[in-house]
Amino acid sequence: MMRRIRAKKITQAVRKLFIEANTALSPDVVSALKGGLKKEESPIGRQVLTKILENARIARRTEMPICQDTGLAVLFVEVGQEVHITDGDLREAVREGVRQAYADGYLRKSVCDPLTRGNTGDNTPAVIHLDIVPGDRLKIIAMPKGGGSENMSAAKMLIPAAGIEGIQQFVLDTVETAGANPCPPIIVGVGIGGSLEQACLLAKKALLRPVGSKNKTDRRLAQMEKELLGKINALGTGPAGLGGRVTALAVCAEMMPCHIASLPVAVNIQCHVARHKEITL
Amino acid sequence: MPLRIHKMKINRTVPFSVQTPLTEEIIASLRAGDMVLLSGDLYTARDAAHRRMVEAVQKGLPPPVDLKTAAIFYAAPSPTPPGKIIGSIGPTTSYRMDAFTPFLMEQGLRVMIGKGNRSPEVAAAIQKYGGVYFGAIGGIAALTARCVIRMETVAYGDLGPEAIRSLTVVDLPLVVANDAQGNDLYKTEQNKWRISL
Repeated sequence: MMRRIRAKKITQAVRKLFIEANTALSPDVVSALKGGLKKEESPIGRQVLTKILENARIARRTEMPICQDTGLAVLFVEVGQEVHITDGDLREAVREGVRQAYADGYLRKSVCDPLTRGNTGDNTPAVIHLDIVPGDRLKIIAMPKGGGSENMSAAKMLIPAAGIEGIQQFVLDTVETAGANPCPPIIVGVGIGGSLEQACLLAKKALLRPVGSKNKTDRRLAQMEKELLGKINALGTGPAGLGGRVTALAVCAEMMPCHIASLPVAVNIQCHVARHKEITL
Repeated sequence: MPLRIHKMKINRTVPFSVQTPLTEEIIASLRAGDMVLLSGDLYTARDAAHRRMVEAVQKGLPPPVDLKTAAIFYAAPSPTPPGKIIGSIGPTTSYRMDAFTPFLMEQGLRVMIGKGNRSPEVAAAIQKYGGVYFGAIGGIAALTARCVIRMETVAYGDLGPEAIRSLTVVDLPLVVANDAQGNDLYKTEQNKWRISL
C-alpha cells in the first residue's frame, strides 16, 4: 500500500523550511556560540561573539535574515520507497518551494550563470540530493549554504600512506588558509573515503549533525574530531578572524570505505550562521 | 604622537566616530586596530559591479560613482521587506575584489569596507595611495541593517543583489584592518593568539 503525498505539500514544506532556517538560528548553534563566548579570551573576539548572539536574537524577533547571504539552496530529500507523490513532479515541487521561500521571505537570490554571472532571479536551481529509503515517509532537510564559507572548502585525493596524520594536516591547512574569510567561528565538516564526490557529500552531511555532538559510530573519528578542534583553535584566527581562541565551534567527521589506491578527503567549511532545518512528511 | 580628529584627542581604546567622505588627514591618522563608528554615505559594490566599473574606466567611460570620494562597502543586501529601509546587510569576503582594487585605487578610490585579508598587492596599494580598509563583522546582518537609514540603487540595476547602491549609515561599527602605514590587523591579531603545539 503506497502512501500518497501531494507535490503541493512538499512545496509548502520547502518554502517554510528555508524561511525559518534563514531567520531562526537553531538552539544547538546558539548554545555552541554561548559556550564559545565563555572560552574566548580575546576582547575583540568576545565582542564579536556577543554581536553574533545579539544578531541572532534580532533576526528571530524581526523575522529578518540572520545573514544577507541566504545561500544556495541545498536540500537532502529522503523518499520512502512506499511513498507515491501525486499531482506533480518531486524535483519541480522542491524548486517551486525554493522560489516561493526566496520571494515571499525576502531572501537574497544568490544563484547565477557561472560564466556570464547573470542572476537566475529566483535562487534556483537548488542543489537537491535525493535518496530512496525504506518506509512511507518523506524527509526534507533544507540547508541554505553561504558562498563565503563554501569558497574556503576543499577536497584532495591523498595517498593511503598519508594516513590519519595526512588527513589532519589537510584539514588544518584548509582551515588555516581560510583564515578570516569564512566567518569564524566555523564548523568543520570532514568527509573521508568513498570516491571524490562521496567524500564531498560526507563532509556536507557531517555539517547536519548537532553542533557539539561527536561521531557515535567510530571512536577513531570521535578522537580525531577532538584533536582537530584543539589544533584549529590553537591557530589564533578567532571570531571574525580578528584573533582569539575560538576559531571553530566543532569538527564533524564522517567516513566510509574507499578504493585500495585512494584516500579521498573533503573539508566543507560552515560559517557561524550554521543553518539547516528539517521536516518529515 | 597623539591622534587628532576634528581637533579632538582620540582615546583609541573605545570606538570613535568618523564621517564620510573621509579626508586625507583622517585616513592618514587611522591605525590598524582602531574601532570606529562610521557615519555618512557609502556605495555597495561587489564582484560583478567591480568588473563592470573597471571595464568602464578602461574604455574611457566615467565610473558610475565618484571614486575619489566614495567609500565602497563590499556588500549585497537581502531584499527590502515592506515598511523597511533595507533587508539584512553585511560584508562579503574582500579577497575576491583584490584583482580590481589596485586599479580602482589608481583612479582615486581610498576607502573600502569588507571582511577578511587583502592581498599583498592591495596592502601595498593602500600604503602607496594613502587608503584604508575597514573590517566589518560578517554574519550579523540583521544588526548591521539597523545602521542604514537610506538606500537607493544608483547603477547596474540589472545585477539584482549585486547592483551598486548608495547607502547612508549611522554609527556603522568597523575596525581598521589595513592602514596607510602598512599595518595589517588580521595578521597581527591572529599571530598574537596563535599557540605553537
